Amino acid sequence: MSSIWHWFVLIGTVVSLIGVMWLLFANRSVSGEQTTGHEWDGIQELDNPLPMWWVMGFVVSVIFSVIYLVIFPGVGNFAGVTNWSSAGEHDGEALAAEKKFAPVYARLADMSGDELAADKQAKQVGRRLFLNNCATCHGSTAKGSVGFPDLTDDEWIWGSSFDAIQASVLNGRSAQMPAWGAMLGNEGVTAVANRVRQMAGLEHDAELAKAGETHYNTICVACHGPEGKGNALLGAPDLTNDRWLYGNSLEAIAETVRNGRNGVMPAHAQLIGQDKVHIVAGYVYGLSKE
Amino acid sequence: MDTQEYDLGVVRYFAVMTIVWGVVGMLVGLLIAGQLAWPALNFDLPFLSYGRLRPLHTNAVIFAFGGCALMASAFYIVQKTCRTRLISSGLAWFVFWGWQLVILSAAITLPLGITTSKEYAELEWPIDVLIAIVWVAFAIVFFGTIGIRKEKHIYVANWFFGALIIGVAILHIFNSLALPVSFLKSYSIYAGTKDAMMQWWYGHNAVGFFLTAGFLGIMYYFVPKQAGRPVYSYRLSIVHFWALIAVYVWAGPHHLHYTSLPDWAQSLGMVMSLVLIAPSWGGMINGIMTLSGAWDKLRTDPIIKFLIVSLSFYGMSTFEGPMMSIKTINALSHNTDWTVGHVHSGALGWVAMVSMGAMYHLIPSLFGRKPGEMYSVKLINLHFWLATIGTVFYIASMWVNGLLQGLMWRALSVDGTLTYSFAEAVEASYPGYYARFLGGAIFFAGMCVMAYNVFMTIRGKTRAEKAAPATPLVAATGA
Repeated sequence: MSSIWHWFVLIGTVVSLIGVMWLLFANRSVSGEQTTGHEWDGIQELDNPLPMWWVMGFVVSVIFSVIYLVIFPGVGNFAGVTNWSSAGEHDGEALAAEKKFAPVYARLADMSGDELAADKQAKQVGRRLFLNNCATCHGSTAKGSVGFPDLTDDEWIWGSSFDAIQASVLNGRSAQMPAWGAMLGNEGVTAVANRVRQMAGLEHDAELAKAGETHYNTICVACHGPEGKGNALLGAPDLTNDRWLYGNSLEAIAETVRNGRNGVMPAHAQLIGQDKVHIVAGYVYGLSKE
Repeated sequence: MDTQEYDLGVVRYFAVMTIVWGVVGMLVGLLIAGQLAWPALNFDLPFLSYGRLRPLHTNAVIFAFGGCALMASAFYIVQKTCRTRLISSGLAWFVFWGWQLVILSAAITLPLGITTSKEYAELEWPIDVLIAIVWVAFAIVFFGTIGIRKEKHIYVANWFFGALIIGVAILHIFNSLALPVSFLKSYSIYAGTKDAMMQWWYGHNAVGFFLTAGFLGIMYYFVPKQAGRPVYSYRLSIVHFWALIAVYVWAGPHHLHYTSLPDWAQSLGMVMSLVLIAPSWGGMINGIMTLSGAWDKLRTDPIIKFLIVSLSFYGMSTFEGPMMSIKTINALSHNTDWTVGHVHSGALGWVAMVSMGAMYHLIPSLFGRKPGEMYSVKLINLHFWLATIGTVFYIASMWVNGLLQGLMWRALSVDGTLTYSFAEAVEASYPGYYARFLGGAIFFAGMCVMAYNVFMTIRGKTRAEKAAPATPLVAATGA
């Protein structure tokens, strides 16, 4: 902080603390009269001395403050004689924790996905990591919700291998279903939605589905494939099974086609570190095996 | 007879609205306490959602209920202790109607989701401007009346009201500085950490100057009046008044421990909070010691009970607050329900109960009776017990929840991962939420009893009751 503010804080603090102490000692003595002699609406004031225990408590709190402000930062730019900082304390604790828990993670770091899914300790650690980092979106039972995939089934939009899951957690995923409303118009959107429901074996309007097929084969086919089986490399979901991230009603599908969807899985490499990503990926991998 | 000498009309209106807003504000509080226990009480309606009703509750109880109690008392006490009428009756009425308009605007805009999102300062800029204008008018009436006083000295209650008026004016204006982008939307002129610092300088001193200094003003008049005893120590009132207003302004940063607020500000906020214990307790000592010598009245006078218990809660919460500002304790308590419990031990136990005691003393005398001569003394007594038990239920449940949450959030497993997820701590908090709702319901029931008692008093009724034995204990034991 600039030197003006440094002096402002320093002088303000010192004046306040000295001021209250002066106030305390300036009011030590009493007149010896029973009351001050004033009266307001029948209320009088006694001239009793300050209670000694209270005065002592006040003095002790100020002495404590002075000692604290000598030891720790507080008075403007003066860093305190110990040079303590909250950032320093945090870094120290983080380093100590890393050192303390390193052996646990070292053992698990070399395990394969299948080994992690079978290891009792890995499952315990993985579950706690999951509950504190993943459950916010995927739910504490990992069943997901609208827009957030169910991790307990065998449908994997980005691939079901341990490596694919680990990559999803580590680097995140960004799924881009483009918006086709402007290009297809309302009729075109409804037609495509009916075609998609036809491919999924759901109730549909055959005539509209036929019209939609043309659109599907020129637009959607690029990512979702000619049979609608999807493409894990692009994160394009299989349209023929009963797993629907955003719902499979005609309205929900039409909404997806019209306005697109942007599913984002955040990258966790920086958030929890590679070792923990490895363990939580093993836990999630194990969930779908159960 | 008094109406000839003093302006009591505006005091009467403020006193009645204190009761009305008390009922309304506490009812909203009860609803949102219910929502935390049974989320379905949101009814899936945006304007009934917790996020919008919570600021409505805080604004209603602090600024509507508390504000009306303060203005009623300030306008009454300043006249009585200066032996003069208000300097301007018209301007006092402007303060009344202006303040009611502020409250009404809050009651409309907050459920609509119109908010600055600054805690306890949620109201948008046009309402902020109105508050500033009304507050300046309040200042003119109050200090103008002090200026034409017929007593040589200014009574201590008026020092505290003066500090309230000046303090809140500065806090409100500087924290609310904003750039309007439309009639109902503005952006604070402060950004990032500076905004947080300003916000809690305001937020904590709203506690200091509004909820502490202002209500100490109430205490300094109604305690000696109701007890019929002189104020214990003039010296003590000088020392604790000046120390309180000098130190309080430094304490705000303790709301921002372990944030990006620079370390020096956090440390200063903590030590100044600790220095605040003694000045805060000065008021409690002066109040309780004023009652000493009138202890026998505790058996017969429920108004005295309200006042003594409010002072006890005041002493407790002004000790608890500094303890929570110690950084290592704050690391456990911050963001937990403990904070909510602490606020309510001050808000229910101190602010509400001292206001209730004051209103029970004041309202009969505003409607042509002797001070404290309510429709029913037994109902005051019933209210006292409901308020006390409700407060204890509320704060005890929040203490338990706060410790539970703080400990669950920090629990580490042997592998260094967090033992509990956030949702598990929420689940574990439910018993506390039910108990808190119960406490709130009991407290609210007491407020309704008061409203009925006040209503009947204003109608001029007196309930036929056998008076409690007035014999002092000493006589009964033959001492």
